[in-house]
Formats: sequence, C-alpha cells, structure tokens
Amino acid sequence: MNLSLDAEALYVQLRDGLRPLLGPDTRLVGIWSGGAWLARRLHADLGRGGEAGVISSRLHRDDFGERGLAAGAHATALPFEVDGADILLVDDVLQTGRTIRAVLNELFDYGRPARVRLAVLVDRGGRELPVAPVLAAATVAMPPGCKLRLAQEDAGRLTFELHDLPPGSAAAASAAPRAGEG
Amino acid sequence: MLSRRNPQLNRQGELIHLLSIEGLPREVLTHILDTAGSFLAVGDRDVKKVPLLRGKSVFNLFFENSTRTRTTFEIAAKRLSADVINLDIARSSTAKGESLLDTIANLSAMQADMFVVRHAESGAPYLIAQHCAPHVHVINAGDGRHAHPTQALLDMYTIRHYKRDFSGLTVAVVGDIVHSRVARSDIHALTTLGVPEIRAVGPRTLVPADLREMGVRVVHDMDEGVRDADVVIMLRLQNERMSGAMLPSAGEFFKRFGLTSAKLALARPDAIVMHPGPINRGVEIASDVADGRASVILPQVTFGIAVRMAVMSIIAGNQA
Repeated sequence: MNLSLDAEALYVQLRDGLRPLLGPDTRLVGIWSGGAWLARRLHADLGRGGEAGVISSRLHRDDFGERGLAAGAHATALPFEVDGADILLVDDVLQTGRTIRAVLNELFDYGRPARVRLAVLVDRGGRELPVAPVLAAATVAMPPGCKLRLAQEDAGRLTFELHDLPPGSAAAASAAPRAGEG
Repeated sequence: MLSRRNPQLNRQGELIHLLSIEGLPREVLTHILDTAGSFLAVGDRDVKKVPLLRGKSVFNLFFENSTRTRTTFEIAAKRLSADVINLDIARSSTAKGESLLDTIANLSAMQADMFVVRHAESGAPYLIAQHCAPHVHVINAGDGRHAHPTQALLDMYTIRHYKRDFSGLTVAVVGDIVHSRVARSDIHALTTLGVPEIRAVGPRTLVPADLREMGVRVVHDMDEGVRDADVVIMLRLQNERMSGAMLPSAGEFFKRFGLTSAKLALARPDAIVMHPGPINRGVEIASDVADGRASVILPQVTFGIAVRMAVMSIIAGNQA
C-alpha cells in the first residue's frame, strides 16, 4: 500500500481545526495511548487550563472474550467533574468505532457528561458502529488487513507506522480536513 | 488442554489458572500487578463495576473457613459484573460423603465459568484444574500448607506501592513459616521479582532449614531478622500449633519474635509492616505496631480486591 501520512502535518491541521470547536469549558480527553499523546499536546498548544484527561477502553472492550485483557498499566484519569462536562474525545485512528463505544461506556462510569464529541487524526473508514467524528485531519480508505498506528519518538515527534500490508493493496488518500457528520 | 510444562499457562504462556506463584515468570506477575493498579481506581468511581465478567458464573468453593479472603473474592467478582455463588462446602456435600471431583462435576453441570477454591489439602485446586472443562478457570484461594498465590500477589502489590521497586529491598518474613502457605507463596514471589535479601525469621521449630536452598537467609534471632529491613511481613501464629511441642507458649513467642515498637525501631525508618490477617494482638504483633504509622495491614485488604479483580479478568480472557 502506497500511503504516506505525515503525522506532524496532520497534527497541525487537527490543532487548527479544533480551535473554533472548543468552548472555554470544553475538556480534552485523549484515548490511550495515541490519543492521549495528542490530547496532552493539544492541551498545551491550545493553552487550555488544568490537565488533559486520559481514558482507556480496556475494561469495556467487546473483544475481551477473544483477546483477553490488554497488557500494560493504562488507567483512566479524568481530572475534572464528568457530570455536566463538555467533553472532546481525541484519538489517533478511527476505524470500526468499537473503541469509541467502549470509551463512552467507561466515561459514563464516571458521570453524565452534557456533551461528548470526537476528533481524530485519521479516519480510515471501515465503520462497524454508528460513530462519526466532528473533525478528522485526514480521511483515507484503507483495507481492513492493514494496521495503522501512531508512534511517538522520545523527543515527542509523531509518526505513523503501517503494519501487515497485504501485497498489491491500494488506498485512496485525501489529506483534507473534513467536518464530521456527528 | 493443560500444558505439561505448567498447568497454569496455555501454549502461548498466558495465565489460564492461578494455582501457585512457583513457576510463573516475572512478566506474568508484573502483568497482574500492573493490571491491579488500573482496577484500584474502579472503587472510586460513581459506578464501581466493569463488565468484563458479565454473564459469567464464579463459584466460591471454600472447603475451609475464611471470611476475609472469600469476601474480597466475592467483591472482586461482583465488581467485574460476574454472578457469584458462595458454597459453604465444609457443611454440605462433602459432609455427606461426596468426593471432590463429584462435587466439581455437579457444579460444572450448573455452567460454572470459574472456581475459587480453598481447601485444607495441598494440591486440591490442581486436581480440580486438571478435571474441569477447558473453558473453566481455577483460582487457588489457599490450599493446605502449599500456596496462597493471591495473598502473595497482594503482598507484592503492597510492597511495590510503598517501595516502588523490588531491586534494593530487604524483606523479613517473621513467624510460623513452616505451616504458612502465605510465607511459601511470598518467598516465591519475592524471589521471582528480584528482591535481593529475603529473611525467614522465627524459632527453629517453625522455620524450615531448606529455605536456604531458595536463597533465603534463615534467622533465628528477631533483632538480627528485622535489622535494616524495608519490609516486615508478620505471619499469624496459628493457635492450633500451640498445643503441639512446637512452641512453649504464646507469651514466650511474643517475647522472642513478637513485633514490638522496640524491635521495629531496628528496621529502616521508612519500613512498612504487613500481615495477611487475621492478626493476634499481643501474640505475633503488638497493638501499637498493628495500629501504628508503619502498618499497612488495612491497605493490604483494599489492594487485595484490585489484585483479585486483575487475576480473575486476566485468566477469564485467556483460552486454554
């Protein structure tokens, strides 16, 4: 698959696209792990007060029966009152929507937010649930067998890693930001 | 299918039963401790439940009495959304002469997904793990003098919580070590996690000499045993041992091996005091130490719930 995604350039688009979408009380919450890196950086770059939240999908995943409990210590940390909050979830890659479903369940274990929206770096298609972001810095069509993962270097620079590329697969890529349907 | 190498692990090396700490690699122990960390916060949420074991039935099979362990397993299973069935086996079928495996076969026919087993016979949980259906998981909640792996894991969690790292620690395990499944499991866990100095402290009659072969320092003097220790794990002196010839009296034991504030002062200033409970005040531990600044006995109980949630959710997610 011949696809080049410049994670740093997409980050700039995401950051600039988010500015008009954030109210003074909007809370950024990054989905562990890639989304959490993005949320922390956005939080600093956009001059938000306090700390960005981190949320993990692992306790609500619907593939627990097949894949078991994911390794690693990633606990949800929401440093604000969830009841009545205006929350913007941030993730690196949106595909099936199952992670978002799990994360929404996790979020509601902490309270009843007033509104929850989603922004992602890349929407790669392949939705299996009715989930739509309000902002995706890039929308690409990728075959399901291909894994796209955000990586963070020691200095904080973001890159995309592509794994398990099936030979001869093609993808249409458009790097234009889009307004989501959600 | 049970692996011949270690019946607790599947072919991929993943945990499917928890029967003993012995033979488990460090990564498995660390994975459990890390996972427990993320479960600890579940108790602080509005909704103190996660759905990982929703629709699963956990049978608590206590062939031996226990309030604390059974209750914390029950809370752990309920926080994971499992249906929990408590069976006081000591007073039911076995009293009528039913064999252990017949009891298990009957409970399996009730669609059990997990057995939490406490039994006076060492090895009983192994026997159950070998004879239950492939989808059923078994946790040893204490078998004879053999093992009490979840207690050891919550002890390790407690140590890591307060000391951060195992690599520079001196840990003293004090008391009736020869009869203690907790001591045995703790020593295996401390060894696996790389604690450089482990001391087994107690009278000759209550400390097996062959512990030296496991790299444990055997000490028969309390002052020497607790000196400069970072962690002091006191064991319950089981009253039933008093009747034998193993000890002159409880008073004599307390004088020599009881943890008083004077003895504790020999340990490091930031030492922590642990105890698996129930404590015998004035027998193995002085009241002011049990309630004192160094005591982490009650946090151990809280951590025990998170650790048991971690074990249950990890094994339930792995296929035999």
